[in-house]
Amino acid sequence: MSEIDTRLERWGYASVSDKIADIVLARPTHWIWGVGFLVTAAGSAALFGAIVYLFVKGVGIWGIDIPVAWGFAIANFVWWIGIGHAGTFISAILLLLRQKWRTSINRFAEAMTLFAAGIAGLFPILHLGRPWFFYWLVPYPNVMELWPQWRSALVWDIFAISTYLIVSLLFWYLGVVPDLATLRDRATSRVKQVAYGLLALGWRGEARHWARFETVYLLLAGLATPLVVSVHSVVSLDFAIAIVPGYHSTIFPPYFVAGALFSGFAMVLTLAIPMRHFFHLEDFITVRHLELAAKVLLACGWIVAYGYFMETFIAFYSGDPYEIAMVKDRFFGFYGPVYWTVLTCNVLVPQILWWRAARRSVWTLFALSLAVQLGMWLERVMIVVQSMHRDFLPSSWGLFIPTMWDWIILGGSIAFFFFLFLSFLRLMPAISIYEMRKLIREEGVRS
Amino acid sequence: MAEFASADALLEATRKARAAGYTEVEAYSPFPIEGLADATGMERNWVPPIVLGGGVVGCVGGYFMQWYSAVVSYPINSGGRPPHSWPEFIPVTFELTVLVAALAGVAGMLLLNGLPRLSHPMFNVREFDLASRNRFFICLRSDDLQFESARNFVRQLEPLGVWEVPA
Repeated sequence: MSEIDTRLERWGYASVSDKIADIVLARPTHWIWGVGFLVTAAGSAALFGAIVYLFVKGVGIWGIDIPVAWGFAIANFVWWIGIGHAGTFISAILLLLRQKWRTSINRFAEAMTLFAAGIAGLFPILHLGRPWFFYWLVPYPNVMELWPQWRSALVWDIFAISTYLIVSLLFWYLGVVPDLATLRDRATSRVKQVAYGLLALGWRGEARHWARFETVYLLLAGLATPLVVSVHSVVSLDFAIAIVPGYHSTIFPPYFVAGALFSGFAMVLTLAIPMRHFFHLEDFITVRHLELAAKVLLACGWIVAYGYFMETFIAFYSGDPYEIAMVKDRFFGFYGPVYWTVLTCNVLVPQILWWRAARRSVWTLFALSLAVQLGMWLERVMIVVQSMHRDFLPSSWGLFIPTMWDWIILGGSIAFFFFLFLSFLRLMPAISIYEMRKLIREEGVRS
Repeated sequence: MAEFASADALLEATRKARAAGYTEVEAYSPFPIEGLADATGMERNWVPPIVLGGGVVGCVGGYFMQWYSAVVSYPINSGGRPPHSWPEFIPVTFELTVLVAALAGVAGMLLLNGLPRLSHPMFNVREFDLASRNRFFICLRSDDLQFESARNFVRQLEPLGVWEVPA
């Protein structure tokens, strides 16, 4: 058995190309896909309907008020951008570390990153009181002769998020170009030939082109690696720069990045498990891939657990009465059940991954990934809401209770994410074809 | 243009063609093959310097933009910090470094490769469709000084087939 254990022995250049390309071109539609598409399309419509209503009425339709001015919108933003981390981590960092098993999962994980980061980018705009002025964060020549405030974490944020989105898009598109050429050459209808032909930019696989292509791909991986770490660090600074107990903490950047990878790898499993099942990709995404992802999940889970522990420890160690009050409120206050659910989903339940049988049981992993998603979302809510609802003065305490619109926008954003992903599966090759061909050659040489 | 079934056959053929004195050799494959670009006689890969240049422009430009706006154009007192509070200019400088380097790298790669382009003579050969699937092609160009002998030369490499690419 080869070290990466993609069951490629029975595949050749042609069959692997045809298998992956035909998911797009020949379209063996499964009725589950159709049902999923309709449901998520309806959910997306609900999201955009709710956004229109939000723009008409203002953010008062949510449960936010003073003191909790950041509600679900910011929690959703942090959660989605976190999910968007695993894709680039898999593509860039695992590429640099020469982890060949990434080849089977990098393409769809990158697509996941793009969709999640794009949805995340919506939320900061949605939560603005005057969303039509969001571009004021960008430096552009204006008649008011104003500049952005460079000392603001929110300005760093827009630079970090937009850079991340653009670089992720470039990285993903670059990788997909040779595969679009494959689709162009295999498509039978004129419309598809022209569409994929235009997207493939005239790629023809010349040796010098490949050489430059591989160089830029590797360099982009090198650039994306510090970028991945920087994005969630900058997001965490939105909180850590503030003085509110529960926000003001130096552990936030690494704690956020680990949480991001944690939820991101959980989403990779959530997507990969049904995908390999319904499109019969078990030979490319094997149980070994899922097992490796599960191990990364377990490792990230422990870093997150360390974050929880240190937050609590430092609060008491500091002796600061406000920090201590915040932690006590987190444990036993109004939002206490949220905290204990977070610990259950993110620390307790993932420990089953110590057992090999659990790591290799596909549907256990699927259930676990959903639990981690829930846990990480609740963690974001806990950080955003619970920290803010009781700060220094009892006179300014208050509660945040989500309204129907909070839930619709959350649910709608999840539906929209899956809608985009389902569409992606039918329009683009979900596994990198040219890298699979390369892998087949390398495996052939070895065996 | 000649067609081969394996990556090693293409690599072998390309090396032979160069050894036989052909200078305008193009090799096409469905995935990157190590050493093939060198075999075709590729000289300098300009992508790394372009990425470096983009990074430097992004870094210096990004920092200068913040310095200019915060010190010269629009100085405001923000919590008593000096106008040139450089530690807080680092995140944006870093992001712009990465952004411009990445954009320059992709644009440079496409430009050097002469892409995007809508059409290319190679696409006029129907069999060339397989270059993105499972076949490997070598093309000796007609602007090569030795082109007269090209057809006989590729025949002796024992290819799967030989085609003429209409200009």
